[in-house]
Amino acid sequence: MDTIHACFKEKIGEVLLPGDVFSFSFPESGDGTIKTEKIICGPGLRRNGEEVKVCKSGILRHKQPNMYWIDSQQRRYVPAKGESVIGIVTTKAGDVFKVDVGGSEQASLSYLAFEGATKRNRPNVQVGDLVYGQFTIANKDMEPELVCIDSCGRANGMGVFGADGLLFKVSLGLVRRLLAPQSEIVKDLEKIFPFELVVGMNGRVWVKAKTVQQTLIVTNLLETCENMTSQQRQTLFKKVAAGFF
Amino acid sequence: MRDTPLSNCERRFLLKAIEEKKRLDGRETYDYRNIKISFGTDYGCCIVELGKTRVLCQVSCELVPPKDSRPTEGIMFFNLELSPMASPAFEPNRQSELSVTLNRQLERCLRNSKCIDTESLCVISGEKVWQIRVDVHVLNHDGNLMDAASIAAISALSHFRRPDVTIQGRDVTVFSPEERDPIPLSIYHMPICVSFAFFLEGSYLLVDPCEREERVKDGLLMIAMNKHREICSIQSSGGIMLLKDQVLRCSKIASVKVSEITELINKALENDRKIRKEGGKFGFAESMPKQRITTLKRDKAPVEMTDVEETASDIVNTTETTTEPVPSPVLVGMGTAQVGEGIVNSWGLDEEEEEDDEPQTEDTKTDEVMVISDSEEEEVVILNEVQKSKKTSKQK
Repeated sequence: MDTIHACFKEKIGEVLLPGDVFSFSFPESGDGTIKTEKIICGPGLRRNGEEVKVCKSGILRHKQPNMYWIDSQQRRYVPAKGESVIGIVTTKAGDVFKVDVGGSEQASLSYLAFEGATKRNRPNVQVGDLVYGQFTIANKDMEPELVCIDSCGRANGMGVFGADGLLFKVSLGLVRRLLAPQSEIVKDLEKIFPFELVVGMNGRVWVKAKTVQQTLIVTNLLETCENMTSQQRQTLFKKVAAGFF
Repeated sequence: MRDTPLSNCERRFLLKAIEEKKRLDGRETYDYRNIKISFGTDYGCCIVELGKTRVLCQVSCELVPPKDSRPTEGIMFFNLELSPMASPAFEPNRQSELSVTLNRQLERCLRNSKCIDTESLCVISGEKVWQIRVDVHVLNHDGNLMDAASIAAISALSHFRRPDVTIQGRDVTVFSPEERDPIPLSIYHMPICVSFAFFLEGSYLLVDPCEREERVKDGLLMIAMNKHREICSIQSSGGIMLLKDQVLRCSKIASVKVSEITELINKALENDRKIRKEGGKFGFAESMPKQRITTLKRDKAPVEMTDVEETASDIVNTTETTTEPVPSPVLVGMGTAQVGEGIVNSWGLDEEEEEDDEPQTEDTKTDEVMVISDSEEEEVVILNEVQKSKKTSKQK
């Protein structure tokens, strides 16, 4: 049962390059039965007939029970369905807002895709506002579409936000680290002082703290902890916390 | 490609921060970012890094006839290019307003201030003068392109060496750098631009704005000055009303900054001169810092070695044997030998030509000259010391 899993398990945690191939040779089992194994190929892995090919450079990761993906690093965002992103409204065109999400095309966001919006009751969105939304359509052939409600019709944290605070851009790898369920970076940052944080999967982060100085500190800390090991990061945060109080 | 739009919350935050005298990267109001000047291997090539803004300048020269109105002066030509590499907002081959402004300011700063002695660039009055061409390329745009461009231009001009010339009557001999050392240009003074950005209707100002600060500014004041406290040019854009004492205050700040920057340029030039004299390594490759991410320790990565031997022996066994060995060389004449005969011309010769070949080969004797090549394009002739050479031309 483990031929496929065994092939992958050897390489978990190793650096793979585009073009590396996982090919599976199925041994003839004695009683003629073929056991089916199901594997989910995440980002960076692509099935090519009988083989699985690596198409991005990075480290192979595994999540139980059967998900494998390549953890790669890049700064340019490509819209993908279901991801929540921070967008900037650029124009109002008819019934639709055009939102810049950092991809090759601007996404469209309908007037009615907000909680409690009807044709008479239009949402209060101006050009230049920040919106937090999810992609319903995002593929390479069509213009991406955003919505600010979930499937039940509730906002669930999405919509227009950010009256104050600062928006800045980081790499996609750092954003995924921040959004991980037990993120160490966020925990370390919380200890310094309280602040509000909105993280979009397109690399954009919005921060708001009590004073301008604190907001700037959080911004600079997040931008620099991109390439640091956890130890360096903790010493840096401790220094900042000590200098602050 | 379009540039990312500036959101309202960013604009509000930046203006609020400026009111509280705070900048995004923690600088003070009058602080410049880190300036780094590096020179290339050629004379006259310079890269200036002002924080993340990078600008490259190259100076070159050429002998041309002078302008009719000024027969005894050399010509200076300035060009500033905004490459799309610098920012997604720059489109190729389009003269945007920014590029026109920067070009005009660069010309005013360097040409009208007469910092270069153009009379010394004259070789023969009315006929030949040196044309000095200054090309500035913007490699990365993070604000304050004008300052970086002016620093790069004046550093490159100070670094540049033109070829030495001698004149004898009407003849001009230009010596290459190997024959005679090239001569530096004669520069009277170094004008440097300092930019001030104004916010909230002129009540707050910042020196050396970065790109985000530039987007929310109301107006810009550019003062070009040299270290002798002479103002070479002033330009105010954006339509804000400036008070007299504001302008005077800015010029005082500019004089302090210009003297610091001039010292930096001179130090960089001195370093480069010293290294070249001692014969050390110079150029851009040496000035790039080796950022140490590649020397982080990693665990040894295991390489698949299990069946290397088997695959290697498989390959060796299954390959075909090599083709027939190369024939040994045939001595044709004194100092000439031939290995093999070459492939027959497969382009489909006419029958007439083939007939011509045959009588030729019959006539040749070992002592006489042999023409080896059948090629239509060239004549291959082997000269023997004793015999006279016999050329057969088969040119068609």
